[in-house]
Amino acid sequence: MGKINWYKYASPASFYGLAGKMIPGFAALSIVFFVVGLYIGFFVAPTDAQQGEAYRIIFIHVPAAWMSMFIYIVMAVYSGIGLAFNTRLSAMMAQALAPTGALFAFIALFTGSFWGKPMWGTWWVWDARLTSQLILFFLYVGYISLQAAIDDPRRSDRASALIALVGVINVPIIYFSVKWWNTLHQGASISFTKAPTMAYTMLAGMLFMAIACWMYTIAVALYRVRLIILERERHSIWVSELLTEGLR
Amino acid sequence: MSILVWVLRRDMMLAMRRKSDVLTTLFFFVIMVSLFPLGVGPERELLKAIGPGVVWVAALLASMLSLGRLFSADYSDGTLEQMLLCPESLSLIVLGKTFVHWMTSGLPLVLMAPLLGLQFGLSGQALWVLLASLLLGTPVLSLVGAIGASLTLGLRGGGVLVSLLVLPLYIPVLIFGAGAVDASTSGLGAEGHLSVLGALLVLALLATPKASAAALRISLE
Amino acid sequence: MNWGSFSAFLHMGGYGFYVWSSFGLSFALFALELLFLSKRRRTLLKRLSQIQKMNASRGSK
Repeated sequence: MGKINWYKYASPASFYGLAGKMIPGFAALSIVFFVVGLYIGFFVAPTDAQQGEAYRIIFIHVPAAWMSMFIYIVMAVYSGIGLAFNTRLSAMMAQALAPTGALFAFIALFTGSFWGKPMWGTWWVWDARLTSQLILFFLYVGYISLQAAIDDPRRSDRASALIALVGVINVPIIYFSVKWWNTLHQGASISFTKAPTMAYTMLAGMLFMAIACWMYTIAVALYRVRLIILERERHSIWVSELLTEGLR
Repeated sequence: MSILVWVLRRDMMLAMRRKSDVLTTLFFFVIMVSLFPLGVGPERELLKAIGPGVVWVAALLASMLSLGRLFSADYSDGTLEQMLLCPESLSLIVLGKTFVHWMTSGLPLVLMAPLLGLQFGLSGQALWVLLASLLLGTPVLSLVGAIGASLTLGLRGGGVLVSLLVLPLYIPVLIFGAGAVDASTSGLGAEGHLSVLGALLVLALLATPKASAAALRISLE
Repeated sequence: MNWGSFSAFLHMGGYGFYVWSSFGLSFALFALELLFLSKRRRTLLKRLSQIQKMNASRGSK
């Protein structure tokens, strides 16, 4: 087995092909894990003693919340690499991840709200976690709109990378301050932390759903990064060669 | 260090020539705060409860709206590019400009705030805490806002964009600023909140000038 | 097995509306994202091939 030349894949042209080969695998994995996760969530995991069947929302809510945070961190890492080493591909990866991260933040918000309504009687509670989730969603929106507002790709890459880094440094500060604010205004707080006592199967279902979301994210991000590469490199020779060969 | 003094003197002088900018921001703040009693009704207890939050949110918006003029004049006449080329530390230049921005947009708000607090029926002690929290908090707003202002330099629709970037980052300052007044009126004491605000200020002083300088380089290159 | 019948499954112990809207909306959003992406790809490819044709016709002249 020959040594893999990693640098080769850092160039957009070769990564385009590599990503195309990886997408079907991750998509298939995502479907398998979604099926298993949903099966465990709805058919294996027992009814919760306190919350009845409503708790089953946890199987989409918590994985979405995890993913939204995780994707933001990954985005910031890619942004940092892009700024430090001036690699175009990592900036493109960060941009490809952002919309999916925002999507997960949004899913976490409204599933939280649909869970809150039957449990607490209101659609929205200013609980520390929901509030930080909302702010995380705002951070995604800021990143995406800055990136979209700058036409020059190089400036857009670097400016959005900087705001992602500033954001990720601020996330712990924001989380801490929202937590503080929440404990101060006890009246309004009904906490998510009193989640149902986890049965082993519940945890397994959540984990499988989280992996499914992760695989989904990878597949979608790779698909999107291919589009970004094509848009950026449309004047290059390899793209026109690809076009004449007939794009698949 | 002499560059810092130079920037401070130059920007102060320029700001003094355009006093109307300062007044615009100040009156925005005053009008904004005065709208709330009209919106929620004149009940004393309610106004007392929301007063600190209202003053703080208005300060946030006023400081954000004035961010546009932090770099835009120097950007359009090319001075900023010269500053980038000069061998002195860009972070120091940014720090100086941000300080002047705070003097001309943040400080007037701080001085006006106790008067507005009176409209909301805040007690004497609460007014002092409000003053202290704004004094510690508004420089953080200018410092963090400078990052957003430099990233959106010269972009169409930059004004709205800067609010999307900067307002989420202002949230900790809002929480601890308004919280300080609440804590003091409820008898908990504002020391905790004020010291966190102080810590945020130190953190912002250390970290944000570098980030803004990097952002300026990105925007102008 | 948790559910005696299919209708019990849909009913979700009285929480059917909340549970199914959460999951339904989430997966609808996934589908929507995929739809947007494939649409974006189609329009991009169309545009690229037009540019290609334009370049080719200019080159042959």
